Amino acid sequence: MAISVDPPEASRNLAQQAGYTFPLLSDRNAETIRRYDLVHAGAGEHGQDISRPAEFLVDSSGTVRWVHLTENYWVRARPEQVLEVAKLLK
Amino acid sequence: MNLRRVNWPLWAGLLVTLAGFFSYITVFMWYPVTRDFPWANLLLFLVAAVLLFIGLRRAFARDCPHRWRSRIIASLVTAFGALVIALFLFGFFVFARWIPASKGAPQVGQKAPDFTLTDTNGKSVSLGELLSTPINGNAPKGVLLIFYRGYW
Repeated sequence: MAISVDPPEASRNLAQQAGYTFPLLSDRNAETIRRYDLVHAGAGEHGQDISRPAEFLVDSSGTVRWVHLTENYWVRARPEQVLEVAKLLK
Repeated sequence: MNLRRVNWPLWAGLLVTLAGFFSYITVFMWYPVTRDFPWANLLLFLVAAVLLFIGLRRAFARDCPHRWRSRIIASLVTAFGALVIALFLFGFFVFARWIPASKGAPQVGQKAPDFTLTDTNGKSVSLGELLSTPINGNAPKGVLLIFYRGYW
C-alpha cells in the first residue's frame, strides 16, 4: 500500500508507468498523514503539506511490527530489508 | 588546435564536475548502493577537483600564453566548479535531511491508526478492510504502508 497526497489520477499514471500492481491511496488533505505524524509542512511544489517518506509493516491484528523513518530523503527502505522483516508476520 | 595551448585539464575538470552533479539523478539514484551514499559522485568530484587544480596551476604558470585572460577564465571556471560541488554536498547532506522528526508516528507494538482513503479507481479502502479481506482465499498476514512524498 502506498500513500501520498497525490490525486488518484496522478497515482494511476504513476502505477501505469512504473508497473506497480499494489494499490496507491490518495490522501488529498493529508488527514491520515497527519494522524501518523508524517506531515512535512510546506514541502510540496506549491508549499502544500506533503508526507515525509516513511514505511510501516502492520500485522493482521493491526499492530505495527516494523517502522522505517529515513533521516535523508534520498535514502529509502530497500526491498530485501522489507522482505526480511516480513518474516516477522505469522 | 594545439593541445599545449588549450588548458585541457581545466575544461575536463568542468565537464567531470557537471557529470558528477547530474549523474546522481540520471544514473546513481536508481541503484541503492550508489543512492544511499553518493560515493560515485564524490569520486567524480574528487577527479574534477584534481583536474581543476591542475588547470588553475597551468593558467598561473609563468610561461602561460595570454596570462591575464587565462588566469581570469581559470579562476572563474574553478569557482563555478567549486560552487556546483558545494551545491551537491549541501543538497545531499544538509537539505535532504530537513525532514520532520515524526516523534508521534506509530511505534512498534502500537496499533496502526485506521484510515479510509481513495484508491486509483476512486474506491474507498480502509486499513481494517485491507487486514481482513482474504487474498486468494487466505487471510492476509499484514500490510506494508509506504508513505511517499508524491508528485502532486
